[in-house]
Amino acid sequence: MGLALPSKLVKVSGVIASLILTFIGLTAITFTIGRVMPADPVLAIVGDRASQEVYDQVFLQLGLDQPIYVQYLKYLGQLLQGDLGTSIMTAQPVAEDILRFFPATLELATVATLLGIFVGIPMGVLAAVNQGRWPDHVVRIIGLIGYSAPIFWLGMIALLIFYANLGWVAGPGRLDVYYDSIVDPVTGILILDAALAGEWDIFHNAIAHLILPASILGTFALAYIARMTRSFMLDQLSQEYILTARVKGVPEWQVIWGHAFRNVLVQLITIIGLTYASLLEGSVLTETIFSWPGIGLYITNSLFNNDMNAVLGGTIVVGVCFVGINMLSDLLYKLVDPRVR
Amino acid sequence: MQANLTLRGWLLAEVPESKTQARCQRLFISWLEFKGNPVAVVGLLIIASLVAIAVLAPWITASDALEPDLAGRLQPPGSEHWFGTDELGRDIRDRIIWGSRITLYIVGLVSVIVVPIGLMIGIVAGYMGGWIDTVLMRLTDIFLAFPRLILAMALVAALGPGLENAVLAIALTTWSPFARIARAEALTLRNSDFILAARMQGVSTAGILTRHVAPLCMSSVIVRLTLDMAGIILTAAGLGFLGLGAQPPTPEWGAMISLGRQYLIDQWWVPTMPGIAILVVSLGFNLLGDGLRDVFDPKSGG
Repeated sequence: MGLALPSKLVKVSGVIASLILTFIGLTAITFTIGRVMPADPVLAIVGDRASQEVYDQVFLQLGLDQPIYVQYLKYLGQLLQGDLGTSIMTAQPVAEDILRFFPATLELATVATLLGIFVGIPMGVLAAVNQGRWPDHVVRIIGLIGYSAPIFWLGMIALLIFYANLGWVAGPGRLDVYYDSIVDPVTGILILDAALAGEWDIFHNAIAHLILPASILGTFALAYIARMTRSFMLDQLSQEYILTARVKGVPEWQVIWGHAFRNVLVQLITIIGLTYASLLEGSVLTETIFSWPGIGLYITNSLFNNDMNAVLGGTIVVGVCFVGINMLSDLLYKLVDPRVR
Repeated sequence: MQANLTLRGWLLAEVPESKTQARCQRLFISWLEFKGNPVAVVGLLIIASLVAIAVLAPWITASDALEPDLAGRLQPPGSEHWFGTDELGRDIRDRIIWGSRITLYIVGLVSVIVVPIGLMIGIVAGYMGGWIDTVLMRLTDIFLAFPRLILAMALVAALGPGLENAVLAIALTTWSPFARIARAEALTLRNSDFILAARMQGVSTAGILTRHVAPLCMSSVIVRLTLDMAGIILTAAGLGFLGLGAQPPTPEWGAMISLGRQYLIDQWWVPTMPGIAILVVSLGFNLLGDGLRDVFDPKSGG
């Protein structure tokens, strides 16, 4: 094991290096969008009726007289200090806004991923064990529809059926209006806060609001996880050690869950990480449909108010989470799976 | 020689006698394999119908789908209006039919931008190797790691909403997987005998890349493109839904859902019909892509 450590270190540092490179690329793009693309960043601040003096003053304040790479480095420095600029819409630092909106997205994406894991994995195993028979076809069809349906449309139809017609779940938003602002936002994750405060009515109400958007968002996770589980399981089940176990007389459920699935689990780490990251991003459309006050809704609203600082700040935060989770799952996979070492 | 008299025999002959025959044989065998996969054939039928509908639009619609008819607004589906009418009295079926042209325009334009860029970067990186490879692949990795929809949103916000800008934003976030695929193919090809032979005959690097390496990357690129089509359509529809893509009165399907959203409860058909259209088309591309992958690249199926 003493020899394994350096190669592990090399892998970790490789992942970190590519993380840094990706971060530089991401910020270079947001910088370009924010500083270079809009015709005149000074006019956007002072308005077109300002005098030349005011214009010049702001021009210097923004550091626009400096070379472009100096401007970029300054921008990077601000970002690293957590300064994402001020939002025009809320007149508050973008970073503070995002901290307020982010937990709602985190809550939604986490519950959606959990749904995807706990429904998708058994579905995938079921399909693989019954390869070519009807459970397999059903799982494949559900998976394909989950892949192909526009999520915002699916959300609308679900609201129409389960909220407007059947009344099984609560409507858009995180809570009914009369429950608003009763619980202190400790974590910002409403179901946790309500449970911590012992407010079980609010807890139930929050769940009733959460379940539909989480299921809709989770459809994609479910489709992807089920599909990958199926293909990994088929891979394992055709290996010789499975045949050996069966010949030895190991019970079939033990072969499936104890032998094959244990090897699949390692491969699934990366898949689950990928899913989680893409759900953080994919929540934009779901949040719009369900008026879910998360970062996606924040970015969309800022977009329509021409609040570029807020849009780019949100893009960077989501981008960093996205990249970070992907790299983390990649790293975890490399560290856990003995074959990759 | 007996078998060679029929077309089928010519296509399945053990030893092809000409280049053309060899090519036709390969296509035919692929087709036989493809035909054996009913799911993929359904996908092909869906996409073929989409193209047919888009081409035949002027002859199978009763209106130009833009002219309002306020007297007949929000009518339910029936024999006169199959899918009902929208908030301005426009026939939804006709709007969906005209909208199929926009869908094809989007996927076509994105492919035309994305495939050459990805292919070029990928084969240059894979064939040249060394620091060129490292630089180009780092760049590709960076784009591969970006969240697609959010980046497209930010780009469209800066460039201004509109169909062309949406296409540009989608293209910028879509080219990277093609570079990856093309590089992998180029890596396996660069030391093969026929490339060495071409090099010794004095073919220039550019000639080798365009005439020998690029054509051999095409089958995996096409499979990947077909599988990506659904994602492109969904992203474009999402941007249209958010008001960042095609602008009204253009009958783009995502924008139609966005406009019809407020009528969901009482006139469900207004937002539902264009949604079904998106679902069917993206399902078609997914099915077709799955089938093509099974034919061209049976190892990576899943």
